[in-house]
This record gives sequence, structure tokens and C-alpha cells, in this order.
Amino acid sequence: MTSPVRPGTGTPRGRSVQVEPCPEGPVLVRGAEVVLDADGHEHEVTRPVVALCTCGRTQRDPWCDGTHKFVRD
Amino acid sequence: MAVVDHGYTCVAHRCKDPAVPHSLCWGAMRLPRPRGPLSALTATSLISAVGPSTDRFLVELDGLAPSCDVIVNDDFQLSLWMLYELHYRGFDDVDPELEWDPRVLACRRLLERRFEHELRFRTEAPAQKARKQAHQVQNQQPADTLAQQLGWLIEHMEGPRLAPYLQREATREEMLEFLAVRSVYHLKESDPHSFVLPRLDGGAKVALAELQYDEYGAGRVPRLHQTLYGDALEAAGLDRSYGAYVEHTPGSTLATSNVMSLLCLHQRHRGAALGHLAAFEATSSAPCRKIAAGIDRLGFPDAVAAYWREHVEADAVHEQVAIRDLCGRLVTDAPRLHDDVLFGAACCLYLDALAATHLLDGWQAGRRTPVGAGR
Repeated sequence: MTSPVRPGTGTPRGRSVQVEPCPEGPVLVRGAEVVLDADGHEHEVTRPVVALCTCGRTQRDPWCDGTHKFVRD
Repeated sequence: MAVVDHGYTCVAHRCKDPAVPHSLCWGAMRLPRPRGPLSALTATSLISAVGPSTDRFLVELDGLAPSCDVIVNDDFQLSLWMLYELHYRGFDDVDPELEWDPRVLACRRLLERRFEHELRFRTEAPAQKARKQAHQVQNQQPADTLAQQLGWLIEHMEGPRLAPYLQREATREEMLEFLAVRSVYHLKESDPHSFVLPRLDGGAKVALAELQYDEYGAGRVPRLHQTLYGDALEAAGLDRSYGAYVEHTPGSTLATSNVMSLLCLHQRHRGAALGHLAAFEATSSAPCRKIAAGIDRLGFPDAVAAYWREHVEADAVHEQVAIRDLCGRLVTDAPRLHDDVLFGAACCLYLDALAATHLLDGWQAGRRTPVGAGR
């Protein structure tokens, strides 16, 4: 997981970004407002929890699209 | 077949007045046309002053042929759908008091028992095999064991290749039929699971609330998934009114919606309701991507595929939350619900496969249900 995430400025004081890695799956992120991809592009977070791709095969980078389940290394 | 004539022709409110917002139409649904003696009895029971009688329901249920498969039977599933719908938007021509009328609930219970009995019978073998997967790993956490078993069920109960067919081969008429019959659920998407929230505690409740918030638009009215589906129907030239295509919907597809009501309206089924949700979310992301591609291939407006594209991303998240946080926390806190979760997941996979098979077989045999689109 290389995408840096930025905490939401509108979130209550003391609230941090919560990161939850899923085994053989994406990383779930809660509390972020913006995700930066590898090229430095900003992606706005529009849902309460987002899944970031960790397999590098997604077609909706930086978001997970479930493709990891079909990748057999 | 004794079909009762109710003296009206439409199955749902067809609000053609552009001045009336669609959000105001949703309650204006009327009882659908019956499709056999049981649904005729159900419909007349709901509009007559006498009310329903379990004795008459038992007679009709006993009258079903021994070979009758209630899971795919149009008459049976439509009856159950009418009785469940009293708990959602109701019908314009039915007294809303009947929602909690003990006679209505007793009749619904008779149908539910048949439905549940069949579901238990048909999911027993795969659920049992899934349970055996756990014994191969020592000292596993309950949540990890469950995730492994759910993964096994999803892999082994995979349905026919409906999504790839829609992606590459479906005709415009077949795609419209698919969109129309799926509207029975997607226009009330996630509503059954809202009934489960007060039946949960702690971590599982937090996880379900997080999923529902996303399904309900995360604070943005136009992003309500039900509305997105209505937008998709409208852009495809179809009717977005709630219940508009119930008349066109086969029993096997009605069953995929009815099973959610069965599991979500009973507190004792809360584990199964969450298992169903987990299986549903975990088998959604990749098919939605293919369906969106098929919609693009057929040249529909962008709003039609937008609903499915939203679900590629949303359900990749929901899959993880539903399996790990929702079901995982549930069985950690209440280990006795483990088998219920597997039962619910197996119900979802079994019925989805059956409904998909029915659609594909029908198309292959040249059976098409025109849904009157092409605005």
C-alpha cells in the first residue's frame, strides 16, 4: 500500500484516519478525505469507507474493483 | 385457474405527470394481477372486508401439485411478495392496518414455512461441506473460519454465466428484460437489511450501519442507490415506478427478493440475513463490471451503466466490510449464529443461481418477456 491518505479537516478533533488491511485483499480506509495515487493525483473520498487496491491490477485505481480475486500469482 | 378480476389494469402507479416528482409516486402501487389460485386468494383477502383465513390458505397450499416447486412458482412467490410488501411501501388499494393483522401474519407464516423448509433442504449439502472446511486449520479465530467457509461457498455455488452473457451476447431486448425484472429488488435496494439493525449489537451493528449509510447515498440524495437504479431504468426507456415490473417478474426472481424479507423480518434469522448480505456483496463487484460493459456495448445512455459502475467500486468495499466486520464480529460475539450465517449465504447463492438459470434458459429457448421499452 503506497497511496498516502490525508485526514479529513472536517472530522471531529482527535479523529484519525483508520487503516485496516484485508488479508489477500485491499486496505480499508476510514476518515480520509483525499487519497493520493502513485503519480501524485488527488482522489476525493466520497464514501464512508473506501478500499484501496494493493494488487496493482485494478481498473479503477486507486480504488479496489475486486480484481485481486481473479489474480493467481 | 381462478383469476380474480379486480377491475383495474395497471400493476403499479403509472405517474405520467412530469410535474409530480417520482419520489411522490412510490407509495401509489396497486395489487398486482394474480397468477394463480393462491395469489388470487391473497389479493382478494387483502381487499375484502372479511380478511384472510388460514383455512383457505391451507386449502390452496394443499392444492399445489406435489411436483410444485414453490421456490420458482410464480403464484406462490407473488403471494409471498404481496404479503411482504405490506411492510415496505404497501398498496394503494389495501388497508395499511393489515400490515400487523394477526390473520395476515398467520397466512404469511404458512407460506414462509414452506419457503424456508425448501431453502433448508436445498442448501443443507453445500452448507455442510462448507462447515467441514474449518477442521483443516488449527487454532483459527471464529471470524477467520467463517471467512474461509463463506469463501468456499461462494467459489462452489457460483451461478451460471449470466454477467458474461450480458456483457458479450445479450440483445437489447434481453438487457431490458434483465433491468426490468431486477427492479423488483433494486428499487428497494438495502431496505430489507434496515430491519436487521435493531436486532444487532456492538460491532456488527456499526458495520451494518456503515454499509447502509453508503447504500443510502452517504448523505447525498441523488446518490441513493435506489434512485440511481430508477435513473438507470428511466435512461433505458423503462418505467421507474416502484413495482412496475412485478407482473413481468418470474417466480425465481421474486424469490431472490422474498428471501431477504424472510431473513430480515425475523429476529431469529438475523445471522442468516447477514450471511445473505455478505454473499450478495461478495458476488457483485465483478459481475457489475461486466453488466456495465454489456450496457455500453448495446449503446444505452451513460446513466444506465452508471448504476452498475457505482457498484463495482462500492461492492468491492462492501464485500470486505460484510465478510470481515459484519459477519466476523457477529460470530465472534455470538458463536451460536455461525451456522445461520452460512445458511443465509447459501440461500443467496442458490437463489441467485436459480434466477440466472431461469433467465438464460428462457432466452436460449426463445422465451422473451417484452417489457415495453424503447422510449
